[in-house]
Amino acid sequence: MSQPADNPWLHRFALLTALATLGLIGIGGLVTSHGAGMAVPDWPNSYGYNMFTFPVSMWIGGILYEHSHRLAGSVVGFLTLALALWLNGRPAAKWLRWGGFIVLAVGLMAATNARVKLDNVLFLCGTGVAGLGISFLWPQHEPGSRRLAQFGLVALLLVVVQGLLGGLRVTAMKDYLGIFHGTLAQCFFVLICGLALCTSRWWKQAITAPPSGIVPVQVRKFLLLTTLLILGQLALGAAMRHQHAGLAIPDFPLAHGKIWPATNAAALERYNSARLDTRDFKAITAGQIHLHMTHRAGAVLVFSAVLACFLKLRGALGADHRLTRLARGWFALICVQAGLGIWTVLSNKSADIATLHVVVGAVALVKGALLTLLASAMFSARPMASEVARPFVSQAG
Amino acid sequence: MKSLILTLTTIAFVAGSASAGDVTGKISLKGTPAPEKDIPMDPACGKLHDGKKVTTRFYVTDGAGGLGDCVVYLEGAKGGAVSDKAVVIDQKGCEYLPYISSAQAKQTIRVLNSDPALHNVHPTPSVDGNKESNKAQLPKGAPLDFTFEKAEKFLRFKCDVHPWMFSYVSIFDHGFHAVSAKDGSFKITGVPDGKYKLVVEHRKGGKVEKEIEVKGGAKADFTIEAK
Repeated sequence: MSQPADNPWLHRFALLTALATLGLIGIGGLVTSHGAGMAVPDWPNSYGYNMFTFPVSMWIGGILYEHSHRLAGSVVGFLTLALALWLNGRPAAKWLRWGGFIVLAVGLMAATNARVKLDNVLFLCGTGVAGLGISFLWPQHEPGSRRLAQFGLVALLLVVVQGLLGGLRVTAMKDYLGIFHGTLAQCFFVLICGLALCTSRWWKQAITAPPSGIVPVQVRKFLLLTTLLILGQLALGAAMRHQHAGLAIPDFPLAHGKIWPATNAAALERYNSARLDTRDFKAITAGQIHLHMTHRAGAVLVFSAVLACFLKLRGALGADHRLTRLARGWFALICVQAGLGIWTVLSNKSADIATLHVVVGAVALVKGALLTLLASAMFSARPMASEVARPFVSQAG
Repeated sequence: MKSLILTLTTIAFVAGSASAGDVTGKISLKGTPAPEKDIPMDPACGKLHDGKKVTTRFYVTDGAGGLGDCVVYLEGAKGGAVSDKAVVIDQKGCEYLPYISSAQAKQTIRVLNSDPALHNVHPTPSVDGNKESNKAQLPKGAPLDFTFEKAEKFLRFKCDVHPWMFSYVSIFDHGFHAVSAKDGSFKITGVPDGKYKLVVEHRKGGKVEKEIEVKGGAKADFTIEAK
């Protein structure tokens, strides 16, 4: 039986999960950009239906975005479960068996409750039976790298927490849960992309080859810091989307005609009186303006930091080195992202542009995270490289 | 003797405050507001308007200078029993009707759905003590009732299925409030005699106020400037 880390299909499956996650982030962006987060008031059901039996004829207006997001979330949840099981091999079969048994038991218990609809009972029982059945057939292989198996479980845990956060955002009607939901999505995407990279044949070969250059420890730390800065900027972006602060300032490069806009009561009244939009957003507050301005300042900081990363890598490794080329691409992505941010404001927060801004932000974060991982694992002083890389390589490798 | 004086004083007070009247007036719009925006309705909702354009309702006027949808109230007033009658908001043609209304704290606000379309009714209060909720309402579904405990100006009701649907209800802790009709006229009934501050508030046009004295009634006209 082949080891999972040697299996090209495992890598392809991890890539598929990463792509599905990016799609899910995009649909999530559409939900907030269209202000449709509360278009389906109940959860986990949708208008009383099990989400998988919700009639297509009812997918209208904001429901289309919110319900599609829920279904896409379920797909990513299923893919992550399969990935975690695949990475963990034989021991996971036992967990799957127990999980299937518990879900089946819950389904049978629900069948005795008249308030639970039949479609929910059938869904639970069907899922439980499927889990039980699959546990006897797959996975039967030995686990690969212990660390990768652990990260697979972390991914599974994150996707469950993420689903719960999304559901609670709807039922508890709290904006801050949406902010955590939006930020955790980015972290989850980084983890899945990291798993996709570490399960690739290219990674296994590159990690054992002699390094083609050394990235100084200060540069590696700066790469990490810049990536964390992007994560912070994405968290600010999530806060803006969930508090509808994207249009708290409708102009660029100035802000309400000034370098730093006034936020006193008279100014706020003036901004709100002049705001005539069919979407009739909540009144602009001083907090929203400060949040928006912080996001703009953060953008300048991220732009400068990524440019500095590129220049530092070019200085350390040369202009033609693989990492330098990756950093150049990263900087280009940040330029696109800055342009999309400006376009979002100037287009009066057009949903498509705002969503693209979310998606490119996620890709920029992943690019920074993977660049940091590569620099630490492959282009640091030899003892450190092996230390970082070892846990991610198959034991059989 | 002491109790006799107290009784006579109470009778005099009750007799005095029993005199009440209507506060009426008219609100005019000065200036020309920005044109209303066309609402990009989806095809299903658009059909309900027979292809006619539907616009925002920021400034509702009668074309002769009157300004509707202004909330008029006596600031700091007390009293006025909570009405048994519900304030009714209907969803018709994927719009909330009326756009602006007023109610008293704990008064029932009943939301109907006369549309052949699905809506969710989502009040989003911003004052502590008023609860946010979000309820589904099927086409021609049963009415949904809401109540709010605290006073709050322009409490927003929205439908997240149709992102252009809004209604604003101003909640008062007294019974002396009204919303101006399209011609700008308003009437607050049963106001006890006394001195008051009469306030007119428009969502976009802002707030104006006047000191008034009610003696069996009062009349006051206002002008709001388009912003």
